[in-house]
Amino acid sequence: MTAVQMHWSYDKFLPNDLEFGHAAIEELMTALGAATWEGMDLFRIQMAIEEAVVNAIEHGNKRDPNKKIRLVFDVTPEKAVMEISDEGAGFDHRNVADPTTEDLVDKPRGRGVMLMRELMDEVHFNEVGNHVVMIKLRSPAIPE
Amino acid sequence: MSTYRRITVVDDGGISIVRFVDKKIVDSGSIEQLGEEMNSLVTVDKRNLILLNFDGVEFMSSAALNKLISLNTKVKAAAGRLKLCGLRAEIKEVFTITRLDRVFDLRKTEADAVAAFKL
Repeated sequence: MTAVQMHWSYDKFLPNDLEFGHAAIEELMTALGAATWEGMDLFRIQMAIEEAVVNAIEHGNKRDPNKKIRLVFDVTPEKAVMEISDEGAGFDHRNVADPTTEDLVDKPRGRGVMLMRELMDEVHFNEVGNHVVMIKLRSPAIPE
Repeated sequence: MSTYRRITVVDDGGISIVRFVDKKIVDSGSIEQLGEEMNSLVTVDKRNLILLNFDGVEFMSSAALNKLISLNTKVKAAAGRLKLCGLRAEIKEVFTITRLDRVFDLRKTEADAVAAFKL
């Protein structure tokens, strides 16, 4: 993607390995930068995609090297759509414990899905929970 | 004394001021090492007044947050105090969303945090 290319698409099956996942995230971040995304929006997307990819590799595919993840990205200056799929059995995304409750807030786990939902404009899981679509719209510019 | 690769540690009047080597705390191997090194501050070096200075840290994943929570638990068990400072707005938002701003003592600058240790 060149600096003047404002629409970028990506669709790949990747080995179930964080190294490949992080390389894809770097490509996404570069594409977002070229499409003039910046600041808080860039951070929010990186946080959410990081959580989704790690979840797919570690929790979905349970680090199984024989499985793959699929990443589909579509980036324009106004909207970023990210789809993450794994080959695992999924999870009950409707009943994820709230990590902000008094008894869980100081426990070192369980924040990934919450962060994805809070940082993105839309997050949609499929029925079984092994495919998620995340959508981020560009935030309005803050007047100086 | 432990050897550190992911952090630097400076002593300021009994307060251990910790800075992070990585701008982006995201690689799982590095995060594991970071967690071990931070825990060593308490369990090996017996430090219990710890200030984590996030100046220069641009990104951290929730796996890194989990290591901070584990460190907080260890510091409390050692009857110590842990403070954080220098968090950029984006990272502070994550603490707010996850309510970890109620778990950690967040200070704006290193000077603010050091002063707060002396209260």
